[in-house]
Amino acid sequence: MSLVHVTDLTVEFGDLRAVDGLSVRLEQGAALALVGESGSGKSTVASALLGLHRGTGARVGGSVEVAGVDVQRAPDDDLRRLRGGKAAMVFQDPLSSLDPYYAIGDQIAEVYRVHTRVSRRAARARAVEVLDRVGIPDAVRRSRARPHEFSGGMRQRALIAMALACEPDLLIADEPTTALDVTVQAQILDLLHTLRQETGMGLLLVTHDVGVAAESVDDVLVMRHGRAVEQGPVGAVLGAPAEAYTRELLAAVPRVDAPRTPSRASGEVVLEAKSLRREFGRGKKAFAAVDDVSLTVHRGETLGVVGESGSGKTTLGRMLVGLLEPTAGEVRHDGHARVGVNPAVQMVFQDPVSSLNPRRSVGESIADPLRARGERDEKRIRGRVTELLERVGLEGAHYDRYPHEFSGGQRQRVGIARALAADPRVIVCDEPVSALDVTTQAQVVALLGELQRELGLALVFVAHDLAVVRQVSDRVAVMRRGRIVETGPADEVYDNPRDPYTKQLLAAVPALDPRIAARRRAERREVAVT
Amino acid sequence: MSGFTGFALRRTVSAVLTLLALSVIIYVVFYATPGNVAQITCGPRCSPEQVHQVAQQLRLDDPLYLRYWHFLQGIVAGHDYSTGTSVEHCPAPCLGLSYQSDQQVTQIILNKLPVSLSLVLGGMVLWLLLGVGTGVLSAWRRGRFTERALTGLTLAGIATPAFVIGLVLMIVVCGQLEILPFPEYVAFSDDPEQWMWGLLLPWVTLALAEAAYFARLTRASMLETLAEDHIRTFRAYGVGERSIVGRHALRGALAPIIALNANDFGSAVGGAVLVESLFGLPGIGQELVHAVTVVDLPVVVGMVLVIGFFVVLANAVADVLYAVADRRVVLA
Repeated sequence: MSLVHVTDLTVEFGDLRAVDGLSVRLEQGAALALVGESGSGKSTVASALLGLHRGTGARVGGSVEVAGVDVQRAPDDDLRRLRGGKAAMVFQDPLSSLDPYYAIGDQIAEVYRVHTRVSRRAARARAVEVLDRVGIPDAVRRSRARPHEFSGGMRQRALIAMALACEPDLLIADEPTTALDVTVQAQILDLLHTLRQETGMGLLLVTHDVGVAAESVDDVLVMRHGRAVEQGPVGAVLGAPAEAYTRELLAAVPRVDAPRTPSRASGEVVLEAKSLRREFGRGKKAFAAVDDVSLTVHRGETLGVVGESGSGKTTLGRMLVGLLEPTAGEVRHDGHARVGVNPAVQMVFQDPVSSLNPRRSVGESIADPLRARGERDEKRIRGRVTELLERVGLEGAHYDRYPHEFSGGQRQRVGIARALAADPRVIVCDEPVSALDVTTQAQVVALLGELQRELGLALVFVAHDLAVVRQVSDRVAVMRRGRIVETGPADEVYDNPRDPYTKQLLAAVPALDPRIAARRRAERREVAVT
Repeated sequence: MSGFTGFALRRTVSAVLTLLALSVIIYVVFYATPGNVAQITCGPRCSPEQVHQVAQQLRLDDPLYLRYWHFLQGIVAGHDYSTGTSVEHCPAPCLGLSYQSDQQVTQIILNKLPVSLSLVLGGMVLWLLLGVGTGVLSAWRRGRFTERALTGLTLAGIATPAFVIGLVLMIVVCGQLEILPFPEYVAFSDDPEQWMWGLLLPWVTLALAEAAYFARLTRASMLETLAEDHIRTFRAYGVGERSIVGRHALRGALAPIIALNANDFGSAVGGAVLVESLFGLPGIGQELVHAVTVVDLPVVVGMVLVIGFFVVLANAVADVLYAVADRRVVLA
């Protein structure tokens, strides 16, 4: 009997058919990844395995059998026994996936007691046992902590511990590492790998990241528009994809090991930071988010700033454009000390949803810098905005549309058009593509490169994704705890990293080839520095 | 809970500062009014000699800030008033003297306060039980008949003024069914049982008027919490609906309930006039209305300060409860 047997599954939300005739099989102890871009229906499939669509108004068709339970027809009580008992789920965002008001150990104990008739004390002991099992140090004490007292990686470990509590046959992991830093992601993937080897449980991994899949599973199923595009052993599908969409998807994935053709940078320095420092908080709680950072950006080049969350890269970006005042040090534009915000240095933000005013048309948003500069002629403004919209690959007629009418990638194009409106010499891009799917990401990155070549723009590209940074950057600065630990030409830093932290970062990047992934996993055990 | 003492200290200091600011405003508003303050304070039936005496007592020749300073001194250290023939001592928290009733303001308030506190504390217990209970039931039974019926009832509760509820209750319960005698206030220290029976209808009236707001707030915040990701986690782990609603969703809704309760408690101490009048309860609210009507300035000033004290106190308690309910709140 298969662990998971899904036949001809369809899930409809109103008029939207999220899953359209999908069939999947997973044998006991095997590991399968559902890979797809946002909206491909992969998470909807994961929820359907536990019958989580029941009572939500979604229409589910076809048959779903998990660990011998007919999920579609089982009575509510049987379904509850399946959930967490035989099949457990790990979610994407570990902070919001745990109740903020209760101790982590209590939450795990509560779930354990739903499935086993044991005393509170025994359940609590089990919680400590599984927390210890997933590598939470000092588990007895830490089990009394609340989720906000844990780091992101620890929270994800705690969620995995909750999943392990009842020794399920199947672990469903829905984007388990998407919210995590790359080094922490590697730790969590390694943990899942070890647990699978030791317990023999099956794994169904849902991810948008092909690299994460390559690291973790035996088989892969590529999804698009609710259907299976291609399915097979991970090495075969990623190594020699048979379908056009799979090839397109793989081509869009930025590679950390691919060198880049350098842009035509000149020697002219357009932006310079000297011993920048920025503190937050006062008194005993004060800490320096950015500490003694100096850098130069030349005309026409791209400087990549890469680092994990909390490394100070966003704070640095904001100081460069003048949105934040440095505590010490100075920013120089074109050789002059900066006074206030300078239209020649613009910014593109991470989240294209929240960085555009939802109540104003995109044309008006793009026109803001023009009006700020004193332009009053409506006809000229409209003309210039139309030109900008076309320049970033949108249509002039989009002027009167509102942000919600656009996709994520299109909204980011609007953000870029707004930055261009001020005729900048430098654009600081803060995680410009991290909210986008890989194919969209590739298009936006290509657009930025094109604009750079045509307009001679200098770009500061701030991101956590090492592969994207390599893809776009001429020079790279690696940040950690507010300082630059290593800087140099991109190829040099990536191919011959000198700093141990850079080495650790690079070793943590998921590889697309499962064999390389296995080798890296072994390497990580060796370079495990803190 | 580390840093709690520091928090309590800072919170107390800010509460005292708030009250000081309030006292300045009240004092200036009432005593810097145009017209003959001595005449107003003394009342319309005073002879010119009495008015002259009051003017001296109030030190009307002194500048305003000195008079205010004197008023503060009275609160902290007490005060002596000469009534011409004898000297009357007004002990420590002295809020002044009502020349119209020849009573010390502190004493007037102390007489009325137990009545108001009895009413509001009892009412609060009932409105919390009733309001939060209704809210929880609505959230649990969301989308079903029960929820729609409760929502309708709640709206009716908000739309009906307290005195209408009270009047109907009194007519039905005491007049027609004769289950209870018409309410009469008996002090708790005199007879606890009679105290309770006498306050039962006022409590129910106050609670019915307030509970509707709590029911709405509870339902809304619980539905919000139910849409959060961590609820999905517990569903996916087979946790039953009762535990999800009663344990996880209610916990998430506590903070706004605490905040609303602090406000309502504080304002009801001086503001439950309608209920007090309807049931003939000699509380703060009624006394304040009376004092305002006859322009008994010392009583008005004193009462406003005491009501302010309870609002500030209720909010300080709410801050502490916040931190207990949600450990992510940093006491600062």
